Amino acid sequence: MSTVIYVPNDSAAISIGADQVAALIAQEAVKRSLDVTIIRNGTRGALWLETLVEVLTSQGRIAYGPVQPEDVSSLFDSDFLQGGAHKLSLGLTEEIAWFAGQDRVTYKRVGLIDPLSLKDYEAHGGLVGLRKAITQNGSEIVAEVTASGLRGRGGAGFPAGIKWKTVLDAPADQKYVCCNADEGDSGTFADRILIEADPFTLIEGMAIAAVAVGATQGFVYLRSEYPTAITRMRDAIAIAEKAGVLGSSVLGSKHAFNLEVRVGAGSYVCGEETAMLESLEGKRGVIRSKPPLPAIAGLFGKPTIINNVLTLASVPAVIADGAAAYAARGTGRSLGTQVFQLAGNIARGGVIETAFGITLETLVHTFGGGTLSGKPLRAVQIGGPLGAYFNSSHLGVSMDYESLAAAGGMLGHGGVVLFDDSVDLAQQAKFAMEFCALESCGKCTPCRLGSTRGAETIQKIISGVDVPANKLLLLDLCDVMTDGSLCAMGGLTPLPVKSAMNNFPEDFTGGAKK
Amino acid sequence: MSYPSWSIEEATRVLSPLKNVQGPVLIALQAVQERFGYVHEDAVGLIAETFNVSRADVHGVLTYYHDLRTSPAPARSIQICVAEACQSVGSRELVTAVEKKLGKKIDETYADIEIKSAYCFGNCALGPSAMVDGELIGRASVEKVTA
Repeated sequence: MSTVIYVPNDSAAISIGADQVAALIAQEAVKRSLDVTIIRNGTRGALWLETLVEVLTSQGRIAYGPVQPEDVSSLFDSDFLQGGAHKLSLGLTEEIAWFAGQDRVTYKRVGLIDPLSLKDYEAHGGLVGLRKAITQNGSEIVAEVTASGLRGRGGAGFPAGIKWKTVLDAPADQKYVCCNADEGDSGTFADRILIEADPFTLIEGMAIAAVAVGATQGFVYLRSEYPTAITRMRDAIAIAEKAGVLGSSVLGSKHAFNLEVRVGAGSYVCGEETAMLESLEGKRGVIRSKPPLPAIAGLFGKPTIINNVLTLASVPAVIADGAAAYAARGTGRSLGTQVFQLAGNIARGGVIETAFGITLETLVHTFGGGTLSGKPLRAVQIGGPLGAYFNSSHLGVSMDYESLAAAGGMLGHGGVVLFDDSVDLAQQAKFAMEFCALESCGKCTPCRLGSTRGAETIQKIISGVDVPANKLLLLDLCDVMTDGSLCAMGGLTPLPVKSAMNNFPEDFTGGAKK
Repeated sequence: MSYPSWSIEEATRVLSPLKNVQGPVLIALQAVQERFGYVHEDAVGLIAETFNVSRADVHGVLTYYHDLRTSPAPARSIQICVAEACQSVGSRELVTAVEKKLGKKIDETYADIEIKSAYCFGNCALGPSAMVDGELIGRASVEKVTA
């Protein structure tokens, strides 16, 4: 009988040799006349264990990792096909503490299945939500999403159900569903992994949204930096069309829904929803003023649902298992689960899905294992380039929308980036301004010009020029940017800058090195 | 990767399937770049005429997006992620080391090679990350990037 071996085809795993590992396993099996079937699954999310090779045995999936190409021959010597002992043996994958401590809802199938097998997808609970949705009317679906407490996972945290209700109630001859997959924040990769590992979940979520509000056309706006995800998404859409999940009759219902991938062109600000709409319309990615809300006048002026990948990918579970099951997780007004991404200088980086309310300490130390360098942890940036820098006194913070805001930060897209004690927060603050200068769409003057002036002013502080006066000037500039910018690019760039100044004042003393 | 040299006939063929696309300008520019490796100056007028938009509109889109280029790419390309998560694991030092080894500066164009700053490939748990001739490299080192 053929032994099933899983080797991820996730782009992060491939970046450190998964393709070579898969090829060598195939070669070695031929050489030893062993019958193996290699399935290229998505990553399980434990990127620190990549390349994570799993063997399907009678006890379950047994994991080995991180496997380097040079380990393959010794794995065969250790009879890993029967789950044999090896220095890289991790036991049953499900029992690895890093996985066992998670609560995977949105990421339920990620890493378990062949991403492009619709059969695998259905065998693991796929399409249950959409099948239910096509028997319901729009308000029932929207009510369920509202009751689940699901909020936008892109960063703003706006309740998804309220947005959907606005689109549902807006009369129009054409409505759209747009998925924002322009995951530009450094330290985030959950959208990419979801799309590469389980693209049908996103398709199902978007189809449910379309059925709910009566949209017939959808777009996935995917960034060009994710070539593997683009190909995977397009392949999945073609398979879903062929199977009748998408097209003129969604699963045989009266609902039509077509889906198309549009590729970004390297503009960070196009992750802002109105800039994304402009880009989808083929224009410069310059943001729009609101109102009108995109839910009323969005893509091509029509009512449009815009949600992040993780928001839409959470919808199938909400509909399939009911709002109550989803809302039972989490804390306060942050209900359900969040897919956290542990990144940067971290020993055990990857994706942790768990209910809101886990502490930063648990994420960083229990899951993350501290810094990769082994040096003391000094700073944690939460929420991407527009998120705050925290110091170690903040490790007790509960990871939810409200607690992070109260602590002077934001959850953003759930990225958590660790820095060891070699980091210089004045340099990080300067980078935040430089990045804003590079990526500003140019519409609002405080963002377009203030970012350049901000970087110059921080450089003066670093060089020890008139430090107290320049610090005051910088804070004043930050206020102008916050109050005078239409979107989060200029509006939130002051967050990393001011949090760095507040939480690491010793780095802003001008030349006098710590 | 090698590309055919610019020809207005070939560009017309590339654009013809896009006639019915709503909001076609960015897609048209991306299609031209995919075919020829860059956007030739004559493509601006062609796209304007094909889709009945102004040359200014096309020029505006062409100059807005970082991905779009108006001159052919050098044969070799190295992009190094310099965003926060990669900074935390030494991308600044990696850039300096690559510049030193190749005797070239980042974000300057050379006839044979291009070394560019990039902002996140979504490989933030395995940084520093680089993209070398289209291939994503995790835990990038000078050796891996310049191999």
